[in-house]
Amino acid sequence: MPLQTQPNLSEPGQRYFRDFTPGDDFYEALIETHRDLSDEQSQLLNAKLILLLANQVGDIGVLKQALAIAREGI
Amino acid sequence: MASHTYPKFAYRGPADLLAGAPQRRPLVVIGAGPVGLAAAIDARLQGLEVLLFDEEDSVSFGSRAVCYAKRSLEILDRLGVGDELVDKGVSWNVGRTFLREEEVYRFDLVPEPGHKRPGMINLQQYHLEESLVRRAEALGVDLRWKYRVLDVRPQADGARLTVETPDGAFDIDADWLIVADGARSNVRRQLGLDIEGHVFKDRFLIADVVMKAEFPAERWFWFDPPFHPNQSVLLHKQSDNVWRIDFQLGWDADPEEEKKPENILPRVKAMLGEGREFELEWASIYTFQCRRMTNFRHGRLLFVGDAAHQVSPFGARGANSGFQDTDDLVWKLALVMKGLAPDALLDSYDADRSYAADENIRNSTRSTDFITPKSAVSKLFRNAALELARTQPFARKLVNSGRLSVPAFLVHSALNTPDTDAFAGHMVPGAPMDDAPLRAAGQDTWLLDQLGNRFVLMVFVDGGQRQDPALLGLAQAPIPVQLLTVGPGGDVEDAQGLLARRCDAQPGTAYLIRPDQHVAARWRRVSLAGVQAALARATGHRLAPAAAAAATPALAA
Repeated sequence: MPLQTQPNLSEPGQRYFRDFTPGDDFYEALIETHRDLSDEQSQLLNAKLILLLANQVGDIGVLKQALAIAREGI
Repeated sequence: MASHTYPKFAYRGPADLLAGAPQRRPLVVIGAGPVGLAAAIDARLQGLEVLLFDEEDSVSFGSRAVCYAKRSLEILDRLGVGDELVDKGVSWNVGRTFLREEEVYRFDLVPEPGHKRPGMINLQQYHLEESLVRRAEALGVDLRWKYRVLDVRPQADGARLTVETPDGAFDIDADWLIVADGARSNVRRQLGLDIEGHVFKDRFLIADVVMKAEFPAERWFWFDPPFHPNQSVLLHKQSDNVWRIDFQLGWDADPEEEKKPENILPRVKAMLGEGREFELEWASIYTFQCRRMTNFRHGRLLFVGDAAHQVSPFGARGANSGFQDTDDLVWKLALVMKGLAPDALLDSYDADRSYAADENIRNSTRSTDFITPKSAVSKLFRNAALELARTQPFARKLVNSGRLSVPAFLVHSALNTPDTDAFAGHMVPGAPMDDAPLRAAGQDTWLLDQLGNRFVLMVFVDGGQRQDPALLGLAQAPIPVQLLTVGPGGDVEDAQGLLARRCDAQPGTAYLIRPDQHVAARWRRVSLAGVQAALARATGHRLAPAAAAAATPALAA
């Protein structure tokens, strides 16, 4: 399965009138989760989050594509 | 000031208002900024007598609010000044966002043709205000310059105002008061009314420069450009060859130093290049806050625009949401003042525009948090999204340099009649009606030019069938509903089929549309009883049982 690179965020039962809304909803929640954390705590949170999401994706082929893209240009 | 001469409006003494003071007026508007002027004009269009006080005698100093969104233009069309503003302004639809020198995101505010108005125009606020003043005077608004409201004392049936003029102070009573005296609202402060939110710790420099330049009429936004490293910059074209440049400075910048021309000019030169000639016309250092009043309605006092709510400028949701306030408010106020709707209808102004204000604050706060991240990790995610946006389409949607003003879909409004039939598309009850090109009497026209100022029942027809005469009779009811048939043999033809598509309409489909062009109800098959019930709901007769019982007889037919 190829990695999803198109916008793919949504919340079940939510109706969106603007295409940027679901992305902004997620982004706000993401930043809010880090509120009041030290940089070190934020790093730990991010690491845990990646592991949780990796397990949710499941397909190691897809994860390897994502890993490669994340590494690009660094 | 190279490009503009400020008008000085004539002061008229208060002799006529002093006689037998305190006199009583049905409606007083405080503040002749864009929103107060729009409210006064709209009130005249509803046949109300309007007295408007402003403590100055000219228009806004400096270009200030320059971006007027499509929905504002549609409202300004209804108020009768849309054409002159669009002719004078710079129309644009496309926004580009750059990371350093590379474009990472592009949006088009009107991706689909078939709308009368562009996504946005840029126009100096003083031009807009001059047009509105002319229109207000032509419609008979009693406009008083250099009248400063010192004190407002709310009463059960209105308010008593103390007003100061160059010829002394006087008292006057108003049945209703629209408070449009801006972000620092004297009335709000004097009455000690709550306004809650937060200040953003960042400073921005606006430099308006006059120059000949061939840049396209688009919104350009840079993150970390080489000419202003680590900060953001925004460029907008205004009329008269004036360009707005907005530099992020950071919280530590010294506003007194930064506003000196010798410090501004190098910033502008770094951006434009040494070769380009320009003249600095106006500059301002600003900070901002996102906050709103807990209640926009306090009895007979109705707060609109910046007096009621303030947002960050990223998204142009300030003046634009103020126009939507008056759009929502004035037809309701007119019905209540004429005794055709219960007082509770005005509570829906507070409920619906608070909802819209929350949406505007949410969107402009999100943009600001993206543009000026408050923590290291927030900045890290911002930069990661920008980096990914170069190659990953999903990340472009996360790039947030401003979500530009669009009207709220008032889906939770108590005035909506919930759908009982199935519809696709976005024209749900509470939606601001989409525009569409139409033909009427052999001429091209636009849907929104057929709507507004009164209720309209829009029925899609397919030749043959005759309209129920009872529906035609709705035009003679105490709250008139005008029938507009769309289709072959109708009042207007949907030649391109765009309106039917946007409304998911078939022959027989009907939409009840409010005086502010929002959808109140819709059906696959229309009935007189259905329209009457929806009209009663849309005019507040179902809001509070006690009030409804007293006011319903006017509608029974």
